[in-house]
Amino acid sequence: MTRLRLPPWLVLLLPAIIILAAVVLVPLVLSFYSSFTAYQLTRPETLWKWIGTFNYRKAAGDANFWWAFGRTVLLLTIALNLEMLLGLGLAVMVSKVTTGQRLLRTAMMFPMMFSPVLVGFQFKFIFNDNVGLVNNALQSLGLTDVAIPWLVDGHLALFSIIFAEIWTSTSVFAILILAGLYAIPQDPVEAAKVDGCTPWQSFRFVTLPFLMPFIYIAMAIRSLDVARAYDIVQIMTNGGPARRTELLWTLIGRTAYVDARMGYANAMGYIAILLSIFFTIYFFRKLTAARSELGMGV
Amino acid sequence: MASNASHRARKRALSAAHFIGLFLAMSLICLPGLWIVLNSFRPTVEIMAKPPVWIPNSLNLDHYRAMFGGVGEGGVPVLTYFRNSLIISVTSTLVALLVGMAGGYAFARYRFKGKAALFVGLMATRAVPGVALSLPLFIIMARAGIIDTHFGLILTYVALNVPFTVWLIDGFFRQVPRELAEAAEIDGCTRWQAFWKVEFPVARAGIASAGIFAFLTSWNEYALASQLTRSVNSKTMPVGLLDFTSQFTLNWGGMCALAVLMIIPALVLTFLVQKHLIAGLTFGGVKG
Repeated sequence: MTRLRLPPWLVLLLPAIIILAAVVLVPLVLSFYSSFTAYQLTRPETLWKWIGTFNYRKAAGDANFWWAFGRTVLLLTIALNLEMLLGLGLAVMVSKVTTGQRLLRTAMMFPMMFSPVLVGFQFKFIFNDNVGLVNNALQSLGLTDVAIPWLVDGHLALFSIIFAEIWTSTSVFAILILAGLYAIPQDPVEAAKVDGCTPWQSFRFVTLPFLMPFIYIAMAIRSLDVARAYDIVQIMTNGGPARRTELLWTLIGRTAYVDARMGYANAMGYIAILLSIFFTIYFFRKLTAARSELGMGV
Repeated sequence: MASNASHRARKRALSAAHFIGLFLAMSLICLPGLWIVLNSFRPTVEIMAKPPVWIPNSLNLDHYRAMFGGVGEGGVPVLTYFRNSLIISVTSTLVALLVGMAGGYAFARYRFKGKAALFVGLMATRAVPGVALSLPLFIIMARAGIIDTHFGLILTYVALNVPFTVWLIDGFFRQVPRELAEAAEIDGCTRWQAFWKVEFPVARAGIASAGIFAFLTSWNEYALASQLTRSVNSKTMPVGLLDFTSQFTLNWGGMCALAVLMIIPALVLTFLVQKHLIAGLTFGGVKG
């Protein structure tokens, strides 16, 4: 009897490959196929109605879609950059503390434990124009006597969402940058000091280059995580008021489940996935470049 | 002399600025959460009061009592949701860890063709956001009849966590010197024994932290759960939060109480694991 012998690494990897194929790959192929059909959730037979690239052409000509697309890129750019700067500041401050660092580190990770839905509800509550913490505080301090419509006005709502987004995710950056700060070799820092660098110079030209790989890792992880923005936005404003905070994924979710137009939603979804893959590749490129600059190998 | 004094003054000003900055940052981070905890103990009248009541007059457990009281008085079956969450998160974490250990070990110890490509391919599955996955998964699971079951969600969460556990565990196994296992094999262990008796104990802390990461992901996930669950059979707590909302009103107090119930396990686990977490991210990610 001859037994089929697979190499051991394949046997070990097989479960992972099978599960990912079943839960991620097959659905993706299906959704790719259905993006070329007129599939509607309520009418299953439409799955077989091939309409070519109609959905894609429709999305390309849909102003709502491009607004959501631009808004997602805008939100991502603002949020990622601010999170990076704030996280860097926070990590540097925490690393300078000598006593109680463990407690501070745990407190710093506090927002990471919150489910995104919970973050959504929490800030919906805090920014509530009637009973919210922010308006109550402003009114009690006498700074204003009108109820500021944080989540009702388009611009303010986008601001509130960015605030919530930054609140949850700054700690991801802070943790990773802190890990980087711990890993920095001390010799170059001391050499810079001996050579007469000011603290700013030694931070800018010695510490920061060492931190760059960590920053790009955080950027890569976070840009994959855009879906988090879906939960928060969905709860806080549901894309409203009048689509002023509509992001790609809230638009897609609504098209799929509320309007039941699965085919069209999947077509938009594919464009959005390409966007997130683009961001990820961009940051991984940067990461590899920063690594090889430091001679860390790939 | 004068420059010395000004130097000292500047140093003091800097350390004061450091303290104030840290204090402000930490209060911004902690206040929103504490606000939720506080409100879970306050009666609804006080939450809704206008002008606001800053110093609570009475703290009580009414919201918790209503929450655990069950469906009777307009309550939410929180205990059932808690049980669903627990079953789904724990099972999917354990499975994801086993699968991740096998995969991570393969990446850390074996050389084979197309390793880099396979690794990137595995990671790329993470690039698909939950909402994107939920559309086709919904169709498939509806066909297979596993919508609104524990099994469906567990399967989904395992797939969601596997890339990350493989990535982290791979990093931890790489830290274990290869010679250790080889020495054990020379001493007469099989490869299997060498793994369980030598390599596994060394990497255990790292594996635990990967597990907690996976647990938190499943515990907090919403986008997929909201589509793949329908009833009390399988609804998890993040989805259950929405039970406190109705068309025009929100039961803030009750919601805060459920929120506290959700955060406590996460808080305990994160505190336990924070040290390994930092190490794990460093080794797995950057030096990989």
